[in-house]
Amino acid sequence: MTDFKLRRSMLYVPGNMPSMLQNIPLFKCDSIIIDLEDGVNYAEKDAARILVTNFLQNYRKRSQEVLVRINPLYTKWGYDDLKMILPAGPDGIRFPMAETPELVRELDEALTKYEKQAGLEVGHFSILPSIETIKSVLNAYEIAKSSKRLTGLAFGAEDFTASMGIQRTRTGEELFHARMVVVWAAKAAGIQAIDTVFSDANDMEALLHETEMARKLGYTGKSMVNPRQIDVIHQAFAPKQEEIDHALKVVEAIKQARLMGTGVISLGGKMVDAPVVKRAVTTLQIAYAQGLINEQINEEVIYGKE
Amino acid sequence: MVKNSLGRLVPEVFAGKTYTPYKDPWSLQPHCKRGTRDIKRIDHNAKKLVGNLRDGIIASGLKDGMTISTHHALRNGDHLLNQLVKEIDALGIRDIKIASSSVHAIHSEIIPYIRKGVITGLECGVNGMIGELISKGELDCPVVVRSHGGRARSLITGEVLVDVAFLAAPYCDEYGNFNGFYGPSACGSLGYAIPDSIHARKVVAVTDNLVPYPAVPVGIPQSVVDFVVTVKSLGDPKKIVSTSTRITTDPIGLQTAKYAAMVIEASGLMKDGFSFQTGTGGISLAVADHVRNMMRKGKIKGSFGCGGITGYFVDMLQEGLFRALFDVQCFDLKAVESIGRNQNHQEMSASMYASPFNAGAVVNRLDCVILSATEVDVDFNVNVNTESTGYLLHNTGGHSDCAAGAKLSIIVAPAIRGRLPIIRDRVTTVTTPGETIGVIVTERGIAVNDKFPELKEELIKRRAPVKDIRQLRDEIYAITGAPRPLEFEDKVVGLVEYRDGSIIDAIRQVKK
Amino acid sequence: MKIMKKSQAGTSQSSDLMVVVEPANELRVEVESTVKRQYGHLIKAVVEKTLADSGVTAGIIRVNDRGALDYAIKARVETALQRAQ
Repeated sequence: MTDFKLRRSMLYVPGNMPSMLQNIPLFKCDSIIIDLEDGVNYAEKDAARILVTNFLQNYRKRSQEVLVRINPLYTKWGYDDLKMILPAGPDGIRFPMAETPELVRELDEALTKYEKQAGLEVGHFSILPSIETIKSVLNAYEIAKSSKRLTGLAFGAEDFTASMGIQRTRTGEELFHARMVVVWAAKAAGIQAIDTVFSDANDMEALLHETEMARKLGYTGKSMVNPRQIDVIHQAFAPKQEEIDHALKVVEAIKQARLMGTGVISLGGKMVDAPVVKRAVTTLQIAYAQGLINEQINEEVIYGKE
Repeated sequence: MVKNSLGRLVPEVFAGKTYTPYKDPWSLQPHCKRGTRDIKRIDHNAKKLVGNLRDGIIASGLKDGMTISTHHALRNGDHLLNQLVKEIDALGIRDIKIASSSVHAIHSEIIPYIRKGVITGLECGVNGMIGELISKGELDCPVVVRSHGGRARSLITGEVLVDVAFLAAPYCDEYGNFNGFYGPSACGSLGYAIPDSIHARKVVAVTDNLVPYPAVPVGIPQSVVDFVVTVKSLGDPKKIVSTSTRITTDPIGLQTAKYAAMVIEASGLMKDGFSFQTGTGGISLAVADHVRNMMRKGKIKGSFGCGGITGYFVDMLQEGLFRALFDVQCFDLKAVESIGRNQNHQEMSASMYASPFNAGAVVNRLDCVILSATEVDVDFNVNVNTESTGYLLHNTGGHSDCAAGAKLSIIVAPAIRGRLPIIRDRVTTVTTPGETIGVIVTERGIAVNDKFPELKEELIKRRAPVKDIRQLRDEIYAITGAPRPLEFEDKVVGLVEYRDGSIIDAIRQVKK
Repeated sequence: MKIMKKSQAGTSQSSDLMVVVEPANELRVEVESTVKRQYGHLIKAVVEKTLADSGVTAGIIRVNDRGALDYAIKARVETALQRAQ
């Protein structure tokens, strides 16, 4: 339970639009991804970089995690992006076109170098690589293990279907295998799995369906381009009432058990051990974050006080 | 000059008339009889159909120094007022005051006639260019801004004497029965024209759609109409009603609407019998959408929807969420179509809607109203009249009427509009006193008036982002910087009347 | 920093601004803004501070603002200056 950070909803915000940037503190999503890559014209890369830097310098008291999607390091903008952005203190880098573990390690080294220079703890900046081509899907597990900075793998369907030469559909059957590969790789490496953007901001029903499916597969979050999608995505990731009720019973039982000095207990005939408690606590933390319960659960519940 | 109870320096005499400074929303009592006009007798052999607009002006006996009125149900599609002023000029008549229910941007065509001395005063608020020029001191034309209810009041008490009302009549017969439901210039409700039809000394129905007698259903009856004249066109149908009014898609607006819905839910007003009014802005409609869902979910049977009516309210009526609509003005095509055929979609006069001086207006029966604002001060006073430039650009509408009448008035507005903070130390102009405002909702937080301590507590319990209004102001100022107060000359170019006729603020010429 | 050539930055969208800089012998800052009456003084102050921080002592700087916040004003001026090198 060292990294319990909700990343249900990760919102892209274009880097060269002040009207969007200044609303970032208002969006009730878990993470923001400020985009310097596809969302910015070639001619405005310099302007966006400067604008985002100035914005971040002013946005210190943050209500969400803030990542910056830089341009790939093999483009002429990538290193310049890092050079300007890192001093402004984003929480991490959303790393596009991460096709190989070597590319991620290159970024890792660049971050380490800056951290040492700036007197920051090594590992300060996180990396969330985008798995968005067929090559990166095939390398997913290696990428997932390529750096300790990784908080997750983020699947990107638009570039993926392009790299496959196929069309993306409303129901997404063509993505199924790639989705599974990404979530398996992430889980095997012990990091989160973030599902792809759903682009039709007016089709909330299909968005809900897709997000619920991703959740069932093991995804813990979803990228998005429209803030109107936040509520639906949170709804999809929200624990159901019976899950909350069960989790509350589990936590109550383990508290009682701890009072009596025992670690393992049973609830309704089933054994309640550490993984069960851990899942219950996660459920309740999400429920609290979404306002479904009023009391915050602290992590001591699982292992007790030292 | 005297200071009114809100600390605003207002004149006691303006353009030759005496006014009372504002004290509070409730205490001013009327001490007069209903304004009257001469009893008429029109016998069976008299003809009311007199020809064209010019013939109508001549027949009405309009003379130098008199006051005319029109209604604004044709909104920014209205051609009548412009035509009328041109004809008045052509007849050589001067020094006319306009006491219409509102003057819109399209009426900037009358600016040259103000310069020429044809029009010398406005007994009504204005939208757009005329107000801007008056504020700049480039147009000499004293203006008295009134709310919808206040304007009705001023006609009824006789404070404003309308000599001739020229009323656009979209569906009219030769003996003066008319309604707004049908015809090329159909606009739906004629609620704002009703006080004029009863209180103006002469009433001229102006139509582009003369139909065989009788024009039914009768909205405004033959018994109050002196003359009927025809014109080629009353207005531009495209601008009279919107084809559609839409919910905002702006995420910030939607966030604000969600908070407003939380406030309504927490207020305890959402139960059987619920009554509601909202405007036509994208955020207001988003709030209406939440209200509709709440009513569906809670199986709540509302009593009535009120105000300017949109298709959203028509849908809610048809769905059975409200038993009736009280309609003073139709905002879109769906509302116009509905009022012509649905008995429960009721036309309502401006007086019945909002006048403070009658035996009880519909606004008094409102549970909740959603209102907008240009600026709000830390005492909850609201400005909707003047813009960030200091220019008088907007009419009051029903703002101060609804705020005073409804159990809970909710201001919904973006915290920052192009750097301008909504909440500030002092508003440029007071339109509506803070005493009648319940809650300010912005995307950056909710400020509850101290008059509603239980609502505040309930909202905090529900984890709504409730903030003290000063705290909210400070948070917004931290982003925008503190605005520099606008600079004005001493010269008063207009008054803002509160609904009861007292002067809540003065509009001054803006310093160059 | 010296303004070597005429260049511009920003957009005319709401909450943004256009900045045009060009070489000149003296320093001149012109501000137009949709919120000039209430914020003109603050806009000018940010522009001047940004110029001073960049060591710009001469040039004509024209700002056409559409209600941008300070961070955006600073960023657009910086961009225009960088592009003028």
